[in-house]
Amino acid sequence: MIRELANPSRFMAYSGRLLPWLAGAAALALGVGLYMTWFTAPADYQQGETVRIMYLHVPAAWLSLFFYATMAASALGTLVWRHPLADVSQKAAAPIGAAFTFICLVTGSLWGKPMWGTYWQWDARLTSMLVMLLIYLGIMALWRAIEEPSRAARAVSILTLVGAVNVPIVKFSVDWWNTLHQPASVFRLGGPTIHSSMLIPLLVMALGFTLLGVTLHLSGMRTEILRRRVRTLPVLEAGRLGAQAA
Amino acid sequence: MTTHASFIIGAYSITALVVAGLILRAYVDHRLQQRALAALEARGAGRRSRRG
Repeated sequence: MIRELANPSRFMAYSGRLLPWLAGAAALALGVGLYMTWFTAPADYQQGETVRIMYLHVPAAWLSLFFYATMAASALGTLVWRHPLADVSQKAAAPIGAAFTFICLVTGSLWGKPMWGTYWQWDARLTSMLVMLLIYLGIMALWRAIEEPSRAARAVSILTLVGAVNVPIVKFSVDWWNTLHQPASVFRLGGPTIHSSMLIPLLVMALGFTLLGVTLHLSGMRTEILRRRVRTLPVLEAGRLGAQAA
Repeated sequence: MTTHASFIIGAYSITALVVAGLILRAYVDHRLQQRALAALEARGAGRRSRRG
């Protein structure tokens, strides 16, 4: 399947058919998730209504890691397998991952102030998440700094794989260090510690965020393929005209 | 709602703005590239390279 999609024209055809369905599924999941978040999920016995920030904060954190993992896999695809769409995937994933990381940090800060009494604390989880945002921004800057896409892809791939060291640090920071941030409560040995009345809306919101992210990623890849066609067509045309003149 | 309503509303508003920005950026960028490609093809560029 991945080899079959290596042809950009074939990828454009398949993704063009898939995209409306994905966008519709994302809208539906987010609609249901928001309804559950606001009308069926109970207030927390300690945090009160403030717990509703969790339904944005946690999926955004998961998507931040998900898109970094996507970029790291694509970086391997670029460096090891030289898949023609791997760098396209990498480039399209960076701004989406950065946006979800930003949402995670801002919603976490707005949740932290009423619950912890502070918007920010330099603890391991918060700091490693901020480092993640800076890595995303660095990767986006590097894409812009090198004009030739294949050269940029190799440089970005190396930076992405070096930055991947931060992914397990983000995930396990709450276990490795004594942090203000609570430990994992969904993906943990022994099962989730959240009651199903809150867990189900959280999972539906996470599904909606994931579908939205994948829709945006596919759309971004399609746009990047078009951008490269726009970039190469005049060069090909000039070469053709030059050959005719000679 | 609660004494913390402004934090909740702020979190949802900022998330909505960022997500709307992502969707708008994706749409506008795609349209721009489509138009640029159509303009190039209208000038004749790419007909030979798109035969396959």
